[in-house]
Amino acid sequence: MRMTLPIFLQNLANGILLGGLYALIAIGYSMVYGILRLINFAHGDVFMMGTYFAFYGVTLFLLPWWLAFVVAIIGAGILGFLIDRIAYKPLRNAPRISSLITAIGMSIFLESLAVVIFGGIPKSFAPPRIYPKFFSKMLQIGSVRVQILTFFILGITALLIIFLIWFVYKTKIGMAMRAISTDIATTALMGVNVDLVIGITFAIGSALAGAGGILWAMKYPNVNPYMGFMPGLKAFIAAVIGGIGSIQGAMLGGFLLGMIEIMLVAFLPRFAGYRDIFAFIILIIILMYKPSGILGAKLEEKV
Amino acid sequence: MERETVLKLDNVTMQFGGLVAVGDFDMNLEDGELVGLIGPNGAGKTTVFNVITGIYTPTKGKVIFRGIDITGLPPHYITHLGIARTFQNIRLFGDMTVMENVLVSQHHKLEERHADKILQKHGFEPKVVGKGWFWKSILKLGYFEMERRMIREAEELLEKVELSDLAYEKASALPYGMQRKLEIARALATEPKLLLLDEPAAGMNPHETEELMEFIKKIRDDFNLTILLIEHDMKVVMGICERIVVMDYGRIISKGTPAEVRNDPKVVEAYLGDGSYA
Repeated sequence: MRMTLPIFLQNLANGILLGGLYALIAIGYSMVYGILRLINFAHGDVFMMGTYFAFYGVTLFLLPWWLAFVVAIIGAGILGFLIDRIAYKPLRNAPRISSLITAIGMSIFLESLAVVIFGGIPKSFAPPRIYPKFFSKMLQIGSVRVQILTFFILGITALLIIFLIWFVYKTKIGMAMRAISTDIATTALMGVNVDLVIGITFAIGSALAGAGGILWAMKYPNVNPYMGFMPGLKAFIAAVIGGIGSIQGAMLGGFLLGMIEIMLVAFLPRFAGYRDIFAFIILIIILMYKPSGILGAKLEEKV
Repeated sequence: MERETVLKLDNVTMQFGGLVAVGDFDMNLEDGELVGLIGPNGAGKTTVFNVITGIYTPTKGKVIFRGIDITGLPPHYITHLGIARTFQNIRLFGDMTVMENVLVSQHHKLEERHADKILQKHGFEPKVVGKGWFWKSILKLGYFEMERRMIREAEELLEKVELSDLAYEKASALPYGMQRKLEIARALATEPKLLLLDEPAAGMNPHETEELMEFIKKIRDDFNLTILLIEHDMKVVMGICERIVVMDYGRIISKGTPAEVRNDPKVVEAYLGDGSYA
């Protein structure tokens, strides 16, 4: 297939879309890592849970699709808050490896729970049952055909990211988050209720993952208990590429990874099957040559 | 008139496994006092600070602050009740501006309702300025007013400590002496009654040290504080402290006025050794 301008633009649109989704999930990883130096492996499963919440909101509780989505996002946020309270808070002063193992355990727990409660059979997250058919209409822009869904996903992603940046840099609680990420003990001594702020951080990161899950399912409408695994890992890679701990880094990493994946498949269609492998190759290269990521702060060796 | 006892440490022991970092520690601080806590390295001075501020819960004994038993309360409660501190090695929020560093310290005035109840129960003025800060901050209802008030108070404080010109500089970009000062200002922003200074003069040149001594006396009077300070620089300790407590191996070995302590043979021995190792 020859690469023409329209095809390139088409792939560009797809790349931005996938990248935006990675970015949404990566932000949660990065926020939690930024304040606790913990890689929350359960993050991908919160993504999955959020999608199920939306699915059942529409099919079981017969909510209008938009309301179900909002409820599911809030539900994912609450789930994140609870995960922190139950699994991570008791280990706040324990060695970091304990929290990490707990995170893996939490991930397996959530996946198994989903199998037990929701069943292992994949569910279809497709219009018109879940959301209106309108979104799957094609829009012709010049020679490029884009699904309306693409704009919806991009719009929501942009809105959420703008909200988050405003929240972290312009509100008091965002300021407390930044203070905690610098020095947790000192922040507590300055009178900040550290556990509450950490809980809220988990809630926001998880709500974004929930939103990411729903948008993901609108694009790839297969909901199953393990759907969070690969996107979770990819988002983690995106966070590392951008510099884990930095919100801007997570966004940049997400868009970069999405773009690289799509372009790779577009330019080298013979290697399409190796798509996932490339993400991990990028991770290895980053870890070897710039472990702090593109925007990450230089790690200081403490002597 | 009888002065209020601001802090009372009652037989405090802090044990880490088999190591007694602080043992049977008794101390009273009266309102407005400026007291020095000295002793050789590893004597347990910073542990005393950590026990007072709630980082450690003492193995035994009680910490009473203005009549409130604060033993075992979490650090942010204790800060809200009115104890603030600085650190041996500067621990500012380096990536944030001078202003933001001070604003973080006012956070508890927006949200700390549990500790506020303790204050009210003991007959003190409540400190929390607004209710429902979380939703207000998201929905912007009356939030700007609270925020503006916080910023105004922060500006006033920076004015008083002469850091206004640097308010929007990154904290890590400040010269060393200024960073020390900002750490004190950040502690003051929590509106403390008791201020704990952990080696405020560490790493300062003689000129900066001179200024610091004036500064400590000035804030004690301006902010109506009781101050407890750890310091190795004897010029500072002897120059500004009214009373000195000397520790060694976790225990008090001497206390009194600077002159009394200076001439106590036990203190000399603790610092220079009794000669048996020489």
